Amino acid sequence: MGIDFDYAPAPESTGIVDIKESYGLFVDGQFRDGHGTPFKTVNPATEEVLAEVAEADASDVDRAVRAARSAYDKVWSRMPGAERAKYLFRIARIIQERGRELAVLESIDNGKPIREARDVDVPTVAAHFFYYAGWADKLKHSGYGETPLGVAGQVIPWNFPLLMLAWKVAPALACGNTVVLKPAETTPLTALLFAEICQQADLPPGVVNIVTGAGATGQAIVDHPGVDKIAFTGSTGVGKAIARSVAGTDKRVTLELGGKAANIVFDDAPIDQAVEGVVTGIFFNQGHVCCAGSRLLVQESVAEEFLDRLKRRMSTLRVGDPLDKNTDVGAINSAAQLARITELTQAGEAEGAGRWSPDCELPQRGFWFPPTLFTEVSTAHRIAREEIFGPVLSVLTFRTPDEAVAKANNTPYGLSAGVWTEKGSRILAMAGQLRAGVVWANTFNKFDPTSPFGGYKESGFGREGGRHGLAAYLEGGR
Amino acid sequence: MTAPTTHPGAGPGNGAAAADLDGVTRDDASLRRFLHGLPGVDQVGADARAATLATRSIKTTAKAQAIDLAIRMVDLTTLEGQDTPGKVRALSSKAMRPDPSDPSCPATAAVCVYPDLVAVAKQTLGASGVHVAAVATAFPSGRAARDIKLADTRDAVEAGADEIDMVIDRGAFLSGRYLQVFEEIVAVKQACGPAHLKVILETGELVTYDAVRRASWLAMMAGADFIKTSTGKVQPAATLPVTMLMLEAVRDFRLATGTQVGVKPAGGIRTTKDAIKFLVTVNEVAGRDWLDPDWFRFGASTLLNDLLLQRQKMQTGRYSGPDYVTVD
Repeated sequence: MGIDFDYAPAPESTGIVDIKESYGLFVDGQFRDGHGTPFKTVNPATEEVLAEVAEADASDVDRAVRAARSAYDKVWSRMPGAERAKYLFRIARIIQERGRELAVLESIDNGKPIREARDVDVPTVAAHFFYYAGWADKLKHSGYGETPLGVAGQVIPWNFPLLMLAWKVAPALACGNTVVLKPAETTPLTALLFAEICQQADLPPGVVNIVTGAGATGQAIVDHPGVDKIAFTGSTGVGKAIARSVAGTDKRVTLELGGKAANIVFDDAPIDQAVEGVVTGIFFNQGHVCCAGSRLLVQESVAEEFLDRLKRRMSTLRVGDPLDKNTDVGAINSAAQLARITELTQAGEAEGAGRWSPDCELPQRGFWFPPTLFTEVSTAHRIAREEIFGPVLSVLTFRTPDEAVAKANNTPYGLSAGVWTEKGSRILAMAGQLRAGVVWANTFNKFDPTSPFGGYKESGFGREGGRHGLAAYLEGGR
Repeated sequence: MTAPTTHPGAGPGNGAAAADLDGVTRDDASLRRFLHGLPGVDQVGADARAATLATRSIKTTAKAQAIDLAIRMVDLTTLEGQDTPGKVRALSSKAMRPDPSDPSCPATAAVCVYPDLVAVAKQTLGASGVHVAAVATAFPSGRAARDIKLADTRDAVEAGADEIDMVIDRGAFLSGRYLQVFEEIVAVKQACGPAHLKVILETGELVTYDAVRRASWLAMMAGADFIKTSTGKVQPAATLPVTMLMLEAVRDFRLATGTQVGVKPAGGIRTTKDAIKFLVTVNEVAGRDWLDPDWFRFGASTLLNDLLLQRQKMQTGRYSGPDYVTVD
């Protein structure tokens, strides 16, 4: 009965993207050589080397910070907000115009499905620039004054390379700061394309500087005495190290760190949409999402049925070539991340949790991990406590709303949470008790530039997005 | 029958086996409890899911396969006051051989007409295998006494209709008289005899997704062979999210009872691109068992010509034009 409807490959063309053999640093409006040891960035779906990228050493970082300081003193901080807005609007429009190029490049360098890069990352990036462009001439209404901080040192992760850049750069520039930004060493290419966009937009030299490299480059930015503010998104371990480095200085810091979010499904939830939200919560971007709903807390009375539905839905996820327009789950970003996911899932099995994945054929080359769920997980298991940062869902059950709150909050993290119920009063009651920066109700992983985002506890401090996001870049936001 | 719990009928092993479903139609109160106990639908989430399914990119061999399947699923429809025997004969010929220039083009599933033209369609279609479907029960409003609706149905079946497309009493449904709707479907089903029964929910008048889910279950419990979105006379007609909800309903109903029910979106699906989005949704929501004209149909008229144009394009590599397919 019925035919087998196999979708033929539908690859997105890569012709629009021109990847150079090697890339330099973007300092003072120009690309220049670095003085560190160049490194290679690879396509995680094929393990092919994409390009060689310069490494910025301490002297390069110093040059970038001095360029940023000069641009801050002479141009950007003195420019009227309405003029700064024009540059930001221009950048936003160029991002839209070059959207397909950015999406394809992001997919190639990161491993994320082109569908997500095209439909989520790039539109949200443009929206972020548009949103903060609108703030640039209205800062007196921000509640934090109009005085910028100076030079912002920004270090961003590899999971949403361009989106995290937008979250950092757009509010900083809108408030009149200049930036030195370091993209992650595994995903530098869209940040370097963004540098070209800054040139195309005639942004004054030195306002945006992009220095590539790994941990040592990031450390050089954090330690540089000419930097007034550090903004970091990444692991809690590195976040703690940064906090230690800047202790005793007058640098301001915002940190957006890890998470172990609970997605809480009550027995009166809109069940098909809850299944969809759980899938989006953990398998979106291969689970490389700091606010991923990596713990499913499902009410025991519907747990069995919910899991049946969840497994059936997971069986329709299409894993493979990130550039295929029908791919739902792409490649793991790096060998190192794959090793970490593998190690934690092995620990999950060893500790007695039940492992399940749908049948799916993984490509031979590249870094891949199938969508996986663990049942019979207890709060004591490592997979219920540690951030896996991969397509791995730990399923726990609860009996009462109080138990759901207690289990959801029982984590050192507190970045996000999800609540699924048809009862409005329960949503409000849960949102009030969950210690998480974002609580989504009957949805998950929704991002909007107008909405503040940030964590409780070891998920960091400071907010990005919305009016609240301005506080991190204005004197009055202390 | 035990009182339905939070998610009655939503899966096997949760107390919603076929035997239980029989009991819920004992009286209006039981039926209401059951239907209102079905899991709710979050409209924003359902729309988002459908929109994501609509982004699937179906190309080359998969597209060719989908076009042929879609042609085989068409209920080629004419439901106008101005319909004549000549028009119905022409449509029936087209249903048997949609592309006169290409014998490899499959026939459509059925021709769909008003009851008084069933005999004409039957005469033309003969033993071709293309079914005759008739709309009945005071289509499209359903505003008539039950006797008249049943007579309308019997008339169409006696004239040779293989399939009856009935409308539910939306007024009764919206005022909460579920048992009345249920009993009417049961009575029409009986009047159908051997003919298959498609139950039109007219989702454009039910409006909410919760109501669509309840009406779907109500029709399936009453014995519908197919549940159908719309008459085509009310806007919006067949939308992708509503069809997706109905596909979820037939999937869950089979899990609960073992009985498979078909789905027919009708009205507003005019292009190949749209039709393929529906097939993708069938594939990923209900599963491959429904990818068959016995279990999924398109109620359409202009859709067929676009499918034919796209089919010619796939074969020749060139777009022809409206003069290379037949006017209806």
